[in-house]
Amino acid sequence: MSTVATPAPAPRRRRRRGTKLQRRQTRIGWILLLPSLAVVGFVALYPLGKTVYQSFTNQEFLAGIEPTKWVGLENYRTLWHDTIFRDAVWLTVKFTLITVSFEFALGLIIALVVNSSFKGRGAMRAVMLVPWAIPTVVAAKMWQWMLDDVFGVINDILMKLHIISHPHAWISDPATSLAAVSAVDIWKTTPFVALLLLAGLQVIPRDLYEAASVDGANQLQQFWRITLPLLLPAILVTLVFRTLDALRVFDVFFVFFGNRQDTQTMAVYAQSTIVGDGHVGYGAAVSVAIFLIISLFAVIYMVFMRVTEE
Amino acid sequence: MSTAAETEAARAPARPVSRSRAFRRTPVGRAVVKIPLWILIAAIFVYALFPFYWALRSAFMPANELFTTPIKYFPTDPTWANFREVLNSSFFRRALLNSTIVAGSVTLISLAIGSLAAYALGRFHFHGRTFVLYLMLSMTIFPQIAILGALYTMISNFHLYDKLGALILTYLIFTLPFTVWVLTSFMRALPGELEEAAYVDGATPLQVFYKVLLPLIAPGLVTTGLLAFIAAWNEYLYAVSFIQTPSHYTVPVAITSFTSPGGNAFQIPWGQIMAATVIVTLPLILATLILQKRILGGLTAGAVKG
Amino acid sequence: MKHRLLLLAGLVGAIALIASLSVAAASSNKPSRAHKAAAISAPKVPNAKAIKKKYGGQKITFVGDSVGDGHKRDLALAKRFTKDTGIKVNVVPHPAASDQSYSQLVRAFSQKSSSIDVAMIDVVWPGAFAPYLVNLKPKLGKQSKLHIQSIVQNDTIGGKLVAMPWFGDYGILYYRTDLLKKYGYKAPPKTWNQLFTMARKIQTGEQKTNKNFYGFVFQGNAYEGLTCNALEWIASAGGGTLISGGKATINNAKARTILDAMRVQIGKTTPRGVTSYQEDQTEHAFDDGNAAFARNWPYQYGIGATTGSKVKGKFSVTVLPHGATGKSVGTVGGWQLAVSKFSKRKDASIEFVRYMTSPAVEKFDALTNSNVPTIVSVAKDKAVRAKNPYLKPAIASVPRVTRPAKFLKTHYNEASKVIYQGVNQILNGTPAKNVLPGMQSKLNQIIK
Repeated sequence: MSTVATPAPAPRRRRRRGTKLQRRQTRIGWILLLPSLAVVGFVALYPLGKTVYQSFTNQEFLAGIEPTKWVGLENYRTLWHDTIFRDAVWLTVKFTLITVSFEFALGLIIALVVNSSFKGRGAMRAVMLVPWAIPTVVAAKMWQWMLDDVFGVINDILMKLHIISHPHAWISDPATSLAAVSAVDIWKTTPFVALLLLAGLQVIPRDLYEAASVDGANQLQQFWRITLPLLLPAILVTLVFRTLDALRVFDVFFVFFGNRQDTQTMAVYAQSTIVGDGHVGYGAAVSVAIFLIISLFAVIYMVFMRVTEE
Repeated sequence: MSTAAETEAARAPARPVSRSRAFRRTPVGRAVVKIPLWILIAAIFVYALFPFYWALRSAFMPANELFTTPIKYFPTDPTWANFREVLNSSFFRRALLNSTIVAGSVTLISLAIGSLAAYALGRFHFHGRTFVLYLMLSMTIFPQIAILGALYTMISNFHLYDKLGALILTYLIFTLPFTVWVLTSFMRALPGELEEAAYVDGATPLQVFYKVLLPLIAPGLVTTGLLAFIAAWNEYLYAVSFIQTPSHYTVPVAITSFTSPGGNAFQIPWGQIMAATVIVTLPLILATLILQKRILGGLTAGAVKG
Repeated sequence: MKHRLLLLAGLVGAIALIASLSVAAASSNKPSRAHKAAAISAPKVPNAKAIKKKYGGQKITFVGDSVGDGHKRDLALAKRFTKDTGIKVNVVPHPAASDQSYSQLVRAFSQKSSSIDVAMIDVVWPGAFAPYLVNLKPKLGKQSKLHIQSIVQNDTIGGKLVAMPWFGDYGILYYRTDLLKKYGYKAPPKTWNQLFTMARKIQTGEQKTNKNFYGFVFQGNAYEGLTCNALEWIASAGGGTLISGGKATINNAKARTILDAMRVQIGKTTPRGVTSYQEDQTEHAFDDGNAAFARNWPYQYGIGATTGSKVKGKFSVTVLPHGATGKSVGTVGGWQLAVSKFSKRKDASIEFVRYMTSPAVEKFDALTNSNVPTIVSVAKDKAVRAKNPYLKPAIASVPRVTRPAKFLKTHYNEASKVIYQGVNQILNGTPAKNVLPGMQSKLNQIIK
């Protein structure tokens, strides 16, 4: 799968003589790219630049009374002392660590299970895709109802199993809020992780296992020596995507907690500052900080991947 | 690694088989060994599908049954009332329409200009091609929240605030790069000499594109189109930030701000919210089940790189 | 292959099902609630002929109540108005969430848009929108004298009457008369401590048979409703009204005491989940028989009193308790009607507002939707009182406290957020003395 997935090297062409045809290729190529580049530039790169610029101003969205002026690093100075933002960053990182580890562990188990042959494997794979296809907020609403402290089925089941003695307020109680919201994300995304890992597993040739089996290697040794190393590229890619997705989390937290202070992720805080309070300038500084934090994680992963490739 | 395995296999003689191993090889043994596997599989099925069952059950329960304790696992007095109220409410019908318009437009635009870009990146040689390719890749991990403020001001300057056009424009941020990346890999997978014959016949590059290449990557178009549609349909952050009037809400926003068509603004109609959830997810689920192979192919093509 | 066909059939079946449901839904007639409005028809417009002559044929846009019974009422009234005066009214429901509705108006006003003529504004917004609203005093000043004066004053900014009161709301205490009797209490509690004691006794007794029973429920979620609840607690305990004289006053000993008292009750006489409760969960808890006391707006009365309700005939209302030193208060809620300065049809809009805030329409509102009238004479009307017992003078005359919107203008939402986030934090377990100083300095920063 990995070989098919990598864009194969461009088909080799006969050496074209003269730069005229080469120039024509270049020209056509760029013309074809123009619409896409224009969109990306306009909708992504320009706003990014604008955000950086806005972060140095005191722009307000709603007031309109105070003229917007340059304030230099003042927003960043305030940001540095903003304990709520710091808590939001920390919460987001905690959430990322929890969900990515669980999703990876569970996803791997599920992938291994599905990879072993049994009837109905196709149906299983299909069923697993289902939580992924649903809008996140719809999933959040379903779980919010299931976790309700009075009418929720989770409380009911846990009480019937005698795991808890009376209904628990999973979402309200700060001690369990993070667990509740993580549960939803894990439910929704584990299938996706499992499927990616499954794709990676299916590329590993069976003969390796057979040979090792003949040698007397047991399941665990086979897993350790064959599966894991060959699965590593898929694992890394999955981890990168999941981590970066988790750092950007917004939907579930917003649906569950709204404007509650101790359960704001970076994205929720930024949205509330910009859209709720109308502080465009300060919100831009927050956005730049978020962008840098996420880029930091991306860079760490890239370095790690480079290192492991060698 | 394979050579090591080969030499090891050649060296060691076949080991005597233990008794448990022998048992595991009998038909009964095989079945017994698989029991934990089946339990695990059943657990996974329940884990993935139980929330849907719960939404379904809640959707069919009238309000007086829904808000009582102890909880009923099965509606004793099932009713279509919740579904009727949801579909009767123009609020929700509008939301379905809005989402379809937005997701549909975004998908079509992404496929149109994305396939052109993929054509350039996949079949042409020129300086800067690799740079553009990696630019597109890095856009797929772009945090949408970071540009929320700038987009907010841009959109109101263009008088697009509270209009579906705002969403169609901004959703391209995450649909277009992914579309370009995946379609490029499809383009590259096609044999190199394909266009030669057409060029010899005097075809222009554009004709080559839609007469020769496009039909061949049709599966890729279906896949990326589907993924783009789902991504646009599910989006929440921009939808909740750029749209205000209830009649312009898309489905995700509508579901989270559902108010009962008949009732006080303070009441949260869980029965109807669950009915709306079922209405929204059922087609998605069925589409996913039918097209799972395509979806899987698209996801892995886009995500698993060597 | 076969399995695929099956799925395809399923998809087609599902679509067919939804389509047929839509058709069925569209053709079926909406029962019950429509009857209420039909029983009493929208009152006729006084002076209709004169208005028609002057403004007939003009079109105005009214941003009114959110989807639901409120929107239906708006439509009924607008229809009558159009029929009588020939002025066409385009009724647009506003977003259900208060802060979204607020943003919608701010955007329209800051862009000087003429797309909104008449707007329904929350009682805390006149201060923010005053610069953008028409002064209604010249034309509606006389009619405004019919309304509760404290609300009129709330709507008067800098001498201009920027909005007409439309319907009022205030916090009241719901209590279970049967449970009070069962546990030997002759009257509802007068102070908060009394309420806690009574709640605990009743809860201990009732929890033996009902694990979901709690003594007291209120709105504790981090949203605007909590600001209302918190204001009631603090003001009734003598701790001031959050901001006065242009400065935040929330960090004082009495506020600390009452907030900590509430905090301690969480999980004891109030359910742990109350910090996620909004009005709806409060109402469910009480109407399902799972609470002895509840603080909510008057709207809950009508729901609990309908046939089939578990608590019908078993509850009553009174004013909220007060602190050891202090008096009972109720936070003012409710809505006003205002005319945009950028409207192209100001006069026609004012006539619409005149109609909507007239005694006849307020009575119509009170009888069909249980909305609290802001006109004193309507509140005294026998039919209205019969339908809405919380309008008894003893309760209806409770002193109202208003949220401190006047000092905060366009920053009201942000300041309220500071308040409700802080109080929610306290309720979730942080002692008040750790939270109030921060809240106070943030509020002062916003006021500046």
